[in-house]
Amino acid sequence: MSLSRRSILKGAAAGAVLTAAPMVMGANHGKPKVVVVGGGAGGATVARYLAKDSKGEIDVTLIEPTRTYYTCFFSNLYLGGFRTLDSIAHSYGKLASEYGINVVHDWAVGVDRDKKTVALAGGGAVPYDRLVLSPGIDFVDGAVPGWDIAAQNKMPHAYKAGSQTELLKAQVESMREGGVFVMVAPPNPYRCPPGPYERVSMVAHVLKAKNPKAKILIFDPKDKFSKQGLFQEGWEARYPGMVDWLDASFTGPLKEVRPDSMEVVVGGEVTKADVVNVIPAQKAGRIAELAGVTDEKGWAPVVPATMQSRMDENIHVLGDATNQGDMPKSGFSANSQAKVAANAIRGALTGSKVFPAKFSNTCWSLIDTDNGVKVGAAYEATPEKIAKTSGFISQTGEDAALRKQTYEESLGWYSGITADMFG
Amino acid sequence: MMAVTVRTIRALGLAILLTVTALAAPARAVELGDAKAGEQLFRVCKACHRVGNGAENAVGPHLNRIFGRVAGSIEGFRYSEGLVRAGADGLVWDADNLDIYLENPKNLVSKTRMNFAGMPDPADRSHVLAYLRAFSDKPSNIPEAAPTATATDHNLDPAILAIVGDPDYGEYLSGECLTCHQKSGANEGIPSITGWPKADFVVAMHAYKKELRPHPVMRMIAGRLSDEEIAGLAAYFEGLD
Repeated sequence: MSLSRRSILKGAAAGAVLTAAPMVMGANHGKPKVVVVGGGAGGATVARYLAKDSKGEIDVTLIEPTRTYYTCFFSNLYLGGFRTLDSIAHSYGKLASEYGINVVHDWAVGVDRDKKTVALAGGGAVPYDRLVLSPGIDFVDGAVPGWDIAAQNKMPHAYKAGSQTELLKAQVESMREGGVFVMVAPPNPYRCPPGPYERVSMVAHVLKAKNPKAKILIFDPKDKFSKQGLFQEGWEARYPGMVDWLDASFTGPLKEVRPDSMEVVVGGEVTKADVVNVIPAQKAGRIAELAGVTDEKGWAPVVPATMQSRMDENIHVLGDATNQGDMPKSGFSANSQAKVAANAIRGALTGSKVFPAKFSNTCWSLIDTDNGVKVGAAYEATPEKIAKTSGFISQTGEDAALRKQTYEESLGWYSGITADMFG
Repeated sequence: MMAVTVRTIRALGLAILLTVTALAAPARAVELGDAKAGEQLFRVCKACHRVGNGAENAVGPHLNRIFGRVAGSIEGFRYSEGLVRAGADGLVWDADNLDIYLENPKNLVSKTRMNFAGMPDPADRSHVLAYLRAFSDKPSNIPEAAPTATATDHNLDPAILAIVGDPDYGEYLSGECLTCHQKSGANEGIPSITGWPKADFVVAMHAYKKELRPHPVMRMIAGRLSDEEIAGLAAYFEGLD
């Protein structure tokens, strides 16, 4: 709380010289105000649904620092050469022009829950009746000894899409012949459970063509991972001898990484690597912590039926940042939760009918060209948590036609969800 | 002694399995009828389909070895996109699926090119299937229906088709669909459901709900929608341009 107050004070001082703030403050027509922080799968979706369904009855402000949003989902496909970076880039133009959303490109740096305002880095404070936080993830400080954000150019995380993904791609493509790619995989829970392993598949796909003697080592604190059987079957079949998955119960724990000498120390052994992709342990995006809605583990607990914070009924939290129960941290989940939250918020602010919460998720992963797999589930809101009710997963040994269809379906989904987010 | 015991247990297990299968079978099993009667009934199919020695594709694909064939899989025949998709999803022409398809092709493939209103009488369908079966290679691979089995009616209860859906409720529920299916009707790997005739939508969703169609995501989504919710969604999507 003291942190957010300081931020607000700083913000107010700076606000006097910035033109953005008065415009933001001026968005008051006596209508209920919803402020959304974070323009990803959760935030963009909730903003769009609120604006669309309330038909002008609610003022919606979306605070998102970047003007171009690169989706984390499908960024692995860019690494593998299956997508261009441009094809995963989106702007907020339609949300502003077609939906009347007040899009503010700035950082939210504090929340005053008593005054119900959000402080901006560029100055000023935006008032809200309901606040939606959809800030994604941040990394836990010190989670990987030897690594911090200053080391991200030597050992990229590439777990927020954009320049980091470009960097990792360049490193993989210019790796010396027969070199070693090391992934330091994260502990649970983290964004996109199959993500690290899809990434390994995509890196292997590139190396198989350009650098077939190269090796990929995954140092993993977990003893199992999402779609494990499917990935391992795929690696064996498509990239034989290239990928070694090493879990900590076998190797001993990761002791440290040394960005200057490009070394990774696991158990008693020092591995010299050419490319190191460090995906640290994660927590809710910082603004959730600054707002005081996170728990001791760093995630924001929510009421499943409405996605309201358990700490503040005027704040809803969506997506990766939440501690909600059984749903994986995925763009699909955030999009699904956003619709539940939009319905609840609209009901609370305008008296519109509130329908029961329904959640679902599907995660597609690409193993190699035309070789897609998926896992998914349906969920319901119980008082304690978002609880899984049924699910499915691709099977090992599926024929090529089905895998190709699954991949094509994932392309369709990408078009669908990004249209659902950005209009 | 040990081996005998294990064999006995296995045999018992098998017996139990068979009993369960036999009990469960009437729900879907198709009793194959009279091939002679089937040959007569097949005349209506002949407008498009050939079967028998040297049969080739015509308006529709030839039907030799149809039992056990993956849907949409004859090389060189130009199927509808929906039929190819169903085949990739895992639709195989066994007796049950052929029965469901003959009853109303849209049960299994919404936008099939098979322009056939369907064969409502289960006995007629069983005759046609008995006739077609003679032209399939490995009748031994085709499961026999239990002796007491009767052909099942897969078509929707008219009362379900008659439900008038609330498009506003459908609009709310559509949020779940629109994560994948684009509202604009664009089909970029996932079929369009925008502007679909209500009845087709309802038939398709109930086919997923009853797990007649193979797609796992759609089975999951449809599986937890009530009849009214499906009607609401159908009303909403029909109304979209």
